[in-house]
Amino acid sequence: MSTQGRHHSTLWFALSGILVLCAMLVGVMIGPAGPTWWRVPLELLNRLPFISIDSGVSKADWNIVWLIRAPRVVLAAIVGSTLSISGASYQGVFRNPLVDPYLLGVASGAGLGATLVFAFSGTETSTWLIDPLPLAAFLGALLAVLVTYTVGTSFGRSRSAVTLVLAGVAVTSLTTAIQTFILQRNNDVIRQVFSWVLGRLSSANWGDVRLVLPYVVVSTVVLLLHRRLLDVLRVGDDEAVALGVNIRRVRLTIVLAATLGTAAVVAVSGLIGFVGIIVPHAVRLIAGSSYRRVLPLSVLLGAAFLVAADIPSRVLADPAETPIGVVTAFFGAPFFLILLRTRKNL
Amino acid sequence: MSTLGFCDLTISYDGDCAVKSFNNLVNSGEWLCLIGPNGAGKSSVLRAAAGLVKYSGSVAIDQKEIPTTSAKWRAQHIAYVPQTPLIPAEMTVYEYVLLGRNPYIKHFASETTQDIDVIEKVMTRLDLTQFAKRMVGTLSGGERQRLVIARALAQEAPVLLLDEPTAALDIGHQQQALELVDALRREQGLTVISAMHDLTLAGLYADRLVLMHHGACVASGNAQNVLRSEILAEFYGVSARVHHEPDGTVVVIPQRSSSN
Repeated sequence: MSTQGRHHSTLWFALSGILVLCAMLVGVMIGPAGPTWWRVPLELLNRLPFISIDSGVSKADWNIVWLIRAPRVVLAAIVGSTLSISGASYQGVFRNPLVDPYLLGVASGAGLGATLVFAFSGTETSTWLIDPLPLAAFLGALLAVLVTYTVGTSFGRSRSAVTLVLAGVAVTSLTTAIQTFILQRNNDVIRQVFSWVLGRLSSANWGDVRLVLPYVVVSTVVLLLHRRLLDVLRVGDDEAVALGVNIRRVRLTIVLAATLGTAAVVAVSGLIGFVGIIVPHAVRLIAGSSYRRVLPLSVLLGAAFLVAADIPSRVLADPAETPIGVVTAFFGAPFFLILLRTRKNL
Repeated sequence: MSTLGFCDLTISYDGDCAVKSFNNLVNSGEWLCLIGPNGAGKSSVLRAAAGLVKYSGSVAIDQKEIPTTSAKWRAQHIAYVPQTPLIPAEMTVYEYVLLGRNPYIKHFASETTQDIDVIEKVMTRLDLTQFAKRMVGTLSGGERQRLVIARALAQEAPVLLLDEPTAALDIGHQQQALELVDALRREQGLTVISAMHDLTLAGLYADRLVLMHHGACVASGNAQNVLRSEILAEFYGVSARVHHEPDGTVVVIPQRSSSN
């Protein structure tokens, strides 16, 4: 890469990093209850070793910041970065810019798993010793992807990316049909399922963060390691093979890693749409489409985007919560359109 | 310096035989050109050598059977330029040529200074340096062909497979591209196998021609032996005149039937 190009991407990395930190700071400062916003940074400084500032934040207020807002902000960052890097990776591995992380049946599988829990557990599950909801969503997602992958790669000798996507569409239809059938027979849970499907970060606690962190770290590290190979895949299967890529192994690894991350975050946050398409594309528009920049920048900007989107979702309809999926689409879509538009004028 | 041997190579797609018992030995530094009508199996032979299709029989580079080698090893020994390479629009010329170094870069590592040296040499040799930061989608047909050849050369493979290298080029760029391949072959001792439709050009540049028809090799030898009007009539269904220039060049000209 030219020196200038390298210089350019360093700048973008620095800016994105700052953006994430700013978004997270604002995220812990703002909320319907709790201390006055400007006292929060003071208290954060006070909590650092060797610094003592009287911020005037009471113990109860600090609990709101640390036990309610902070895990929510951290979870939003994790979910945003995971959906973004998974989206970028799926788009690369299938060479299709419109693919989102919920392709291959991840979303509908998770939805089915969650629906089964809502329909057959009977009681409020969050009081159980172990909440079965994330587990069921996770298993549903993984199972759906497993079926998609087995079916998609065994039909036809071509094993092309298109077959896999088509299999994903078929599996999605099937799981959605089963889900609809179950919902129809248990229509008392439709509201719960619907609110889960729209995505939520409101009930986030540190336990959720601990639950997803191992999966997300593994997924992100594996995907980042493949960023150069994703560039080689851009010339098509045949040429990638001729350039020495073991395409089946690489594709399987990337799909599994992206799915693992997606399934884990879906399990705790529900389905938050749009992030996995809009963030990688925004990154491509500003920093070029080499995956060596797209993947790491997607991690940073994805985190910043979802943390920022979560703030209006808390305060817009105060005291009620606006589903974050609504916010991401509401702010994301116009932003995306503006980017496309400016790009066109270049 | 490598030889490429085909022995009883047979390829079928869903039961349809595309190549039947193809035998040949391409020596180190030799240029073999596959000719024949559309669907004769030329591309399939090249794809078998590149490890892209299943086949029966044997294809071996320096006595190593293609399917027993790893994709990486193959890419270090055989560079393949398809008929219509997939050119990603949003990629710079430099990034594209760099892809040719993939077989030398460890799975999760980045390119080394040695890789960068190779790239810069190749780009200088093919006059691509001034395009380094251009998007590949903005290049003209002739520049693209040079670009794809540059990527293949970056593989530093002793065998170069070219599927229709001149198909989309005007006469000037056709000559440029083939002259380039010829010069590189002489400089670096490359073994070249190409598939071509322009018979005059094929005869002009290749050491040996192999005429394929319905998957079988039906004639082989130098231009004088293969490019004969009765052979062309039989296998291409063309009525053509064949001129022999004083310097040995064989020129094939299709004949218009209503001209009497």
